[in-house]
Amino acid sequence: MSLEVDVDHRRGRFRLQARFTAAPGLTALFGRSGSGKTSLVSIVGGLIRPDRGRVVIDGQTLVDTERGLFVPAHKRRIGYVFQDSRLFPHLSVRRNLLYGRWFVRGGGGASADLGSVVELLGIGHLLERQPDSLSGGEKQRVAIGRALLARPRLLLMDEPLASLDEARRAEILPFIERLRDEAGVPILYVSHSVSEVARLATTVVIMAEGTVTAVGPVQDILPMADAADGGAVLDARIVRHDEAFHLSVLESAAGELQVPRLEAPIGAPVRAYIRARDVMLSLQRPEEISALNVLAGRVVSIVPTSTAQADIRLDCNGAVLVARLTAKSVDRLALAPGRPVYAVVKSVSFERS
Amino acid sequence: MTPDEWTAVRLSLLIATTATLCSLPFGIAIAWLLARRRFWGKSLLDTLVHLPLILPPVVTGYLLLLSFGRRGPIGSFLADEFGIVFSFRWTGAALACAVMGFPLLVRAIRLSIEAVDQRLEAAAGTLGAHPLWVFATITLPLCLPGIIAGAILAFAKSMGEFGATITFVSNIPGETQTLPALIYTLTQVPGGDAAAMRLTLVSIAISMLALLGSELLAKRIGARRQAA
Repeated sequence: MSLEVDVDHRRGRFRLQARFTAAPGLTALFGRSGSGKTSLVSIVGGLIRPDRGRVVIDGQTLVDTERGLFVPAHKRRIGYVFQDSRLFPHLSVRRNLLYGRWFVRGGGGASADLGSVVELLGIGHLLERQPDSLSGGEKQRVAIGRALLARPRLLLMDEPLASLDEARRAEILPFIERLRDEAGVPILYVSHSVSEVARLATTVVIMAEGTVTAVGPVQDILPMADAADGGAVLDARIVRHDEAFHLSVLESAAGELQVPRLEAPIGAPVRAYIRARDVMLSLQRPEEISALNVLAGRVVSIVPTSTAQADIRLDCNGAVLVARLTAKSVDRLALAPGRPVYAVVKSVSFERS
Repeated sequence: MTPDEWTAVRLSLLIATTATLCSLPFGIAIAWLLARRRFWGKSLLDTLVHLPLILPPVVTGYLLLLSFGRRGPIGSFLADEFGIVFSFRWTGAALACAVMGFPLLVRAIRLSIEAVDQRLEAAAGTLGAHPLWVFATITLPLCLPGIIAGAILAFAKSMGEFGATITFVSNIPGETQTLPALIYTLTQVPGGDAAAMRLTLVSIAISMLALLGSELLAKRIGARRQAA
């Protein structure tokens, strides 16, 4: 799958001027609310006609204003999961799920049958219910299933978790991960949550005030995106669970990490998002300290974020870690690029991602 | 009740049912246009639809006579080309009733179409449904209560229509003499009071049954949506 977007759209005083290409996997459109993310996916989905520009998917042009071409939404085969699930209130869950199947013609797209989608999303017990009787999390899972069963060649997800509380989010995130890894549908995912993007994204497109400011792999891009509240993404794998203390032990390039117990099997890949303000630095390996995670590294760069603070970028055996320190600490430890240090991270501060 | 009275009741029911059913598709189409489309002349169309509500019924009836009568431009065309004749026929009474009930029908349906969440229609579109199909499977079922309410209103209006009907198609027993027209006739002749009273009671009963029926139907639709 390849998706090319290059559009210019004006709505009132807001101007969206965006250009990016998306690769297979999950591409996250990340930015504050009002940065134009939703307008951009609406253009891809065919709900908004851009003033000018092109949208091309797998070589098929969906929009080309110069040639006066606009493929309507119902002919695009692009699934759309909305923030408000938009289930049809007069149809049962089963009939909601099967709605798009009436219109699927020809092959292509993700092959999906009711059984496997129901199994993937864990909604078998809901089939005969009416949408009104579902919880927010259940509604979103049904909405995802409904979009999948229309056999889309691309799935758009516009902040699918934004209207849910923390517990419901945690309930749905694994399903979206399975979707990304098992269903083989490329996903364009809108979010303003760093932890969601860190956990789900393959590629990140950062948007600000209607323009794309950066595109790239999540590990490179996310620390830049989260400038106000910096951090780093560590790819890791679960090596064992410490049941006695409700911890999971992860293995990453930077070393072993102990984090609060994760509901995932041993060997499962996970991403840890470590916030810069949760990292302390020490010149010697600290002994008799409460924090469980001590990672050896080397200072790469020191970027002042204000007059009183600086972000220290570390290279821990190839993995990037960021620590936010006061300017005074930087001075006291005489930190400079190349200097070996130990990064201390409290286990409780891990973002559950 | 005398055979003449029964004839009037049957005729009234036939005319009201025909008027309601035949105006329903047009009512839905125009309600949809008014609710969902922006086009040149929209307020003109809106005014035209509502005109029978504010014009004296006699005026509406006279205008119908001028345009749909034998010598009227539309009337003569329909008679010559399709053999459809309205003047002094029960079909003409149905046309008058349809025109008089149309504003009520369109108004109720338009409000219910406006209440249908357009985001649901957009969602159906992203699932591959053609706009016509979206209308049939999403919009129409969701505004069904409004359609039923509008149809009942139009039916009730038709049962009571008097001025436009009598002006357009006169008061011919067995052809265009509806319930209200017969009641009116009976009140004009000596000794007709008892018959007029009987028919008044029949008229009240029919109207109440129609209202009850619509309430029940609306409740059943509501219940199905809630519970099932």
